[in-house]
Parts: sequence; structure tokens; C-alpha cells
Amino acid sequence: MPPLLQLSGVTKSFGAVRALKGVSFSLAAGEVHALLGENGAGKSTLIKVITGAHQPDSGTIAVDGETTGKLTPSTARTRGIAAIYQQPALFPDLTVAENIGLGLEKPSPFRPVRWAERRAHARELLQRVGANIDPETEVRNLSMPEQQLVEIARSLGAGARILIMDEPTASLTQKEVQLLLKLVRDLREQGVGIIYISHRLEEIFEVADRVTVLRDGESVGTKSAKEIDEPGLIRMMVGREVSSIYPPSESQPGKPVLRLENVGCSSSGVRGVSFEVRAGEVFGLSGLVGAGRTELARILFGITPADSGKILLKGDSIEIHSPRQAVESGIAYVPEDRRRHGVVLEMPIASNITMAIHPSFFPGSWLRFGKERELAEKYISDLQIKTPSSEAPGGSLSGGNQQKVALSRWLATHPKVLILDEPTQGVDVGAKSEIHKIIRKLAAEGLAVIMISSDLPEVLGMSDRIGVMRGGTLTRILDGPTADAHSVMSAALGQDEAGGIAA
Amino acid sequence: MKKYFREISVAVALGLLLLVLAIFAPDFFKPTQLLTILTAAAPVLLAACGVALVIMCRQIDISIGSQFALCSIFAGMAAGHGLPMPLVMLLAIFSGALFGAINGAFVAGLGLPSIVVTLATMVTWREALRWWREGEFVRDLPGSFQWFGFSQSTGQIVLLAVAGVVFLILVFALKHVSGGRFVYAVGSDAEAARLAGINPRLVTFCVFVLMGALTGLAALLNAIRFPDVDPKTGTGLELQAIAAAVVGGVAISGGRGKLWGVLAGVLLLACIAPALVFLRAEPQWERAIQGSIILLAVAADGWRSRKGKI
Repeated sequence: MPPLLQLSGVTKSFGAVRALKGVSFSLAAGEVHALLGENGAGKSTLIKVITGAHQPDSGTIAVDGETTGKLTPSTARTRGIAAIYQQPALFPDLTVAENIGLGLEKPSPFRPVRWAERRAHARELLQRVGANIDPETEVRNLSMPEQQLVEIARSLGAGARILIMDEPTASLTQKEVQLLLKLVRDLREQGVGIIYISHRLEEIFEVADRVTVLRDGESVGTKSAKEIDEPGLIRMMVGREVSSIYPPSESQPGKPVLRLENVGCSSSGVRGVSFEVRAGEVFGLSGLVGAGRTELARILFGITPADSGKILLKGDSIEIHSPRQAVESGIAYVPEDRRRHGVVLEMPIASNITMAIHPSFFPGSWLRFGKERELAEKYISDLQIKTPSSEAPGGSLSGGNQQKVALSRWLATHPKVLILDEPTQGVDVGAKSEIHKIIRKLAAEGLAVIMISSDLPEVLGMSDRIGVMRGGTLTRILDGPTADAHSVMSAALGQDEAGGIAA
Repeated sequence: MKKYFREISVAVALGLLLLVLAIFAPDFFKPTQLLTILTAAAPVLLAACGVALVIMCRQIDISIGSQFALCSIFAGMAAGHGLPMPLVMLLAIFSGALFGAINGAFVAGLGLPSIVVTLATMVTWREALRWWREGEFVRDLPGSFQWFGFSQSTGQIVLLAVAGVVFLILVFALKHVSGGRFVYAVGSDAEAARLAGINPRLVTFCVFVLMGALTGLAALLNAIRFPDVDPKTGTGLELQAIAAAVVGGVAISGGRGKLWGVLAGVLLLACIAPALVFLRAEPQWERAIQGSIILLAVAADGWRSRKGKI
């Protein structure tokens, strides 16, 4: 039997950049085939070639052994190819049934809509993916994982036999990830071929049958998931030996820097949070999405000021009502979504770095370009930001380097407390370990670091202590070196639910 | 080079137009002729710089023309009541700033979309003016009003000098003062700016106030070119100013633009009508040609951003 999907010698160039250099890839029916690689390795281009968004320069694509001609997004769809991305692409103001219907019914502006049929069809598809969602709900009221389920249901309804999932778990909690992985296995049972892309290696081992690693536009190799381990995969991805994924803790925690006493904010649902962070310490903040971690960071940074409790900085009670006050008090916050809230893409790196320090760095608000360039170059070399110059726009950098620019902006404020929200989300493996080293180094220099992360191995590997949040409050504080995935997940889920969850 | 592609291409277009004129209609470059074109363009330049800042901030102001008319009338009446010219000038600027502050309060304070707010103020100011003046000109102005009381040619030079100095101050401030950087930051990404401790609402409000003040000054510099003040003055000025800004490379999506480009845009659009006359073409083509230039400029932006995405 020919494979469901077979790519042979696919090449694609953009100008002088060769994004794919003769990549071959196959997918069998009822197989989960993981695609791995650092950012820029060519994964997105490969997917775009499969979904017909890009035409390959050379090479062939065959579905069921039959070579396809020129693939366009619509012919790819008719051949049963569908893709689910990290951010669901649904219409938020329409109901679930309407969203599913729009994707499936032949688009014709004058055809009457058969509402009952549409609802029934939607309900049936949702059942197939095991989603307990009312087809009449507006999509805007659904959570992120629910929206993904709707998308999957829609592509199944369209007769998808080749399902591409691009980082489907990036914004899901551990429990939601488990549900999604279960669905992936169910779909495999139904004979769907799945191309699964993720930066989270543990998921890949959990669900994939085979793994193909891309590096610099070339396929480094395809392995059965059983015959390779995590270090082996990382070696394949980065092309070099990574001795230890997480740098060891070197610092001796010093005096308490930040202390929270029963801090809460009714508008963001955070209540009664108490903990302290010491100088030289990495305090990991774990919990499920919606547990209030980002909300807590936003309180500490004055975006949604606290309305109860006390915040003490080096023993003095402080009030933080705006980001400016937070910066002046010595608190820095590198936000979660750096593309939207961190780096200004149009602005040069140097301007991005000095953005938060204008009043102190430029007295009298006169800009000094020489001084600014010097500072930018210092951070470019300290954090090893890969850029042709300090004048290059932020948008020209890769995700990991953008994150370093965001970090530089906040380090330039000379903070006492650094809050990092998902510092390595969407960052490739190489840059991830560089960022981890930077965090360690900052802690060793005496900074108090609060690191919010949904990446459990990262929290466990990086934290001196781990605070676990649940339902808007801090429920447990664990000792970093002795904590394990199970203890963190149990705390995040609450004791009662802990039994059934394999963390 | 690539960074300033848009600014340079407008300057090249302007250069080509001037070159054609130099070959086929050298009379165009007579000093009196040039002075007339430039003095007519100077008020537009100030308004265009103001609206360029507003657009960089990812807002828009279409009430400029109506503000301009009211400021012109205020200035004319103040001069008619015998106020000295420096005070008249301050009054025009101050009343413009007040109109800008009203727009800014709605846009930045209440977070309303600027297109709706300034559409409302555009109609309101214009209709209020019509109801109040009933189309009546402000006449019998003192001798010190037209051309500041100088001869025409001296007055023209003074007018250009005032506009030029204000333009240079704006260029300098946008590049060398924190506030200028904040305008770009807020226009590019207001949330990122807010997290960096910048107050996007304050920046937006200030930009609207500045827009109004510049409109006020532009109104005065325009009014002194004539012996009396027409209450219909400034009709369509918002379109001229926005067009010049867009042609000059200010991205309508905010966060990008250079005032030098705006200057080139203003001059290019201002030269078209007289150029048509000198080239003995039908002058009614002016609007169509201006429109085509705007389309071309916007298409160039669209093409560039499409190319940039791949």
C-alpha cells in the first residue's frame, strides 16, 4: 500500500534563502509523525508546501501514491489535507455550528441555510472529537482548547485524512494537553495520518510513532520514536551535544527582596497571595492556565493594581499603581506575548532597549544616540543577540533573539525584581538554553527572579523554589531541587483530582 | 537606503517634475511665481506635519479643515478689534490647541475611535460657523493684518520663515526628544509602550493638541495672505494634509514616517496645479493626478509590506 502522503526531494527558495533543500517525508494512514526542528529549520515552509500555500521549486508530492499536480490551498483541502495552528482561526462572533458549517458547506451567497441540519452535523462532528460543546455557543465564549477541538471537528467534517497540527499545545495547560493527546490517539485509531509539530519533546515521545528532524532546511533523519531518546533528538536538532538541558543553580539566595502579604485584586480574581522572593533566587510560578499567574504578575507591575494586602520591597511597603511606578521601584516585567506586548517590531533594537528608561537615561528628555548605541551594543554582546546591527528593526530578529531584546529592555532598568512570563514560549531549543543560562547568570548577580512558565520541565529545571497557583491564589510552595512533576501537578490540580493525572 | 525608500522616491518624483518644468516651462522658476506657490503650500505643510504625527500615533483627524476655518475667523475678528498681531497669532494657536484638546479628550480620554470623533467635530464646527457667520466674510481688517503689515514680498518671506522654523523644530523634536520616540512607540504598539511605562493616552492627547495648535498657526499664516477672511476657508484641507502625509511615506497603520517625506509630499502635490498651467495642460486634471499619486503611494506601501511578509 502506498503511503498516505509522500514528499520527495522538495526544494523551496525565497530569493537567495534556501528554506527547503530536497526534503523527503512520508506519512502513513493511522500514523502520528512528529516534525521537529529549531525555529527557522524549515518546518513552517514544509507545512505550507503540503497545504498548498507555497509551491515547491522542485520535488513531488503524492497523496495515496498519486502525484498531485500544482497544489493550491483549495485542491489540498479536496485531497483531505487540513492544518490546525496554535491560534485557532475561527470567527469569534459566530456560533460553533456556523463556524463548522461555513467551512464545510459549499459557499454560495444565495443558498438558504438549513439550520437544523447544520446543528445536527456540528453536534455529530463534535462528538467524534469527544468535545462536549453546545453548537449554539458563540466561539468567543470558548476556551482556547475548545476552539481547537472545533477546528479539528471542522477539518474532520471536510474529510481530512492528513491532519497537520502546528504547536497545538503551546497555549494549553497540562490537563488540556492530555485531552488533546488522547484525541490525537483516537484520530490515529480512525486511520487519520497526523503530522505533529511541537517544541515539547515529552509530548512527542508520548504520542508519536515516528519523528523527523529538520535542520537548516534539510531532513536530518527519520527515527522510530521507540529507538531514540530525548538527548538523542536534541542532538539531532541542534547538531551538537547538549550536555545538560538546564544550567545548574550557582547562587546562594540572599536577603528577601520582594514580599507579598495577602495580596489580591478583585477585578482580576487574585486573592490572598503571600510569598517572598530572595535576592539571587529563581522563584518558579507554576499552575494551570487561568490559575492567576499572569494576573499576579500584572498586579506586581501595576497594570491592574492590588486592592488588598501589602507589597513590601526590601522591607518597605510600596504602592504600585502604574507600570511607571513599578519600573521606578525596581520591578521589571517581561510579558508573555512578546510579539504583542514586548518588542516593537518596527523600531530599531537600540530604541527598543531604551524604551523603559527614557526619564533616567536621557535627562531632560534629549535623546543621545551615541550613548544609546553603546548600551544596546553592551546588551547585544552580553546576551549574544544575533543581529547585524543595533539599528536593525526588532521584527527582523528570530523569536529567541526578540526575547533577548525584551529582556535587555528590562535589565536596562536595573531592576531588583525581574518577572518573566513564559520566557521561552515559541523559542527554539538552542535559544531556549541560552535564555536559561542568562536567567541563571542574572540570579547569580543577585537579582530576584520570578519565572512564570507552563513548561513543567523548565519550572523544575530552573527554579530554586516553586510556587504553585490554583484558582487565583498561591496554594503551595515547593523546594525546587526536590520537587518533581507529580508534586507540582498535584498541587496545581488540587489534591482530589491528582490521582488520575499522569504528570 | 532601503529604509528611506518611500521618502527618496517622493523626492525623486518631485525632482523629475521640476526637471520637466525647467526644460519645458522655465518661467515656472521665476521668484514671484515660486514664492506664491510656496506661501500657499506653507499652511498645508504645517497641517500635514500635524496630521502626520496623528497618523504615526495610529489615529486620524479629519476635523482639521473646520478647525482651520474657525481659527481663521477668530484671528480675523481679533485683528479687527485691534489686537496686536503677536497676540492674534497666539490666539489662533491657542484656539486651535483647544479644538485639538477636545478631540484628544474624546479619543484618548474616552477611548473612542478618532475617525468618528473627528467626523463629528468636523461637522459640528463647520455647521456652528455657518450658523454664526451666515457666510459673512470678516472684512475691514487693519493694515497690520495682511502680510503682517509688510509689503507682499517681505510678508511672503516672513511667512515662509515662520513655517520653516516651526517645521525644523518639529523635525528636530521628533528625532531628538523622548516625546517624539514615544509617538512612534505608541503608534507601533500601544500595549508595549504602556508596559514600558509610557502613557499612551497622554501621548495621544498631546499629539491631538499639537495638531490643533499647528492648524491654528496654519490658519493664521493662510489668512494673512488675503485682505479679508472667508468663513469657507479650509474646506478640504484635511484631505490635502492627509494626502501629503501619505504620499510622503507616513504609514497609515501608524508607527512609521518622516517629516522630510511629508515636506516632499506637500511640495509635490502643491506643484501639480501650477505645473499643469505652465505645461499648457488642462488644469481640471489636477485632482485626478493628485488622486493617482496618492493611489500610487498607497499601492507602493501595500506592495512593500506584502513583499516584506514572505
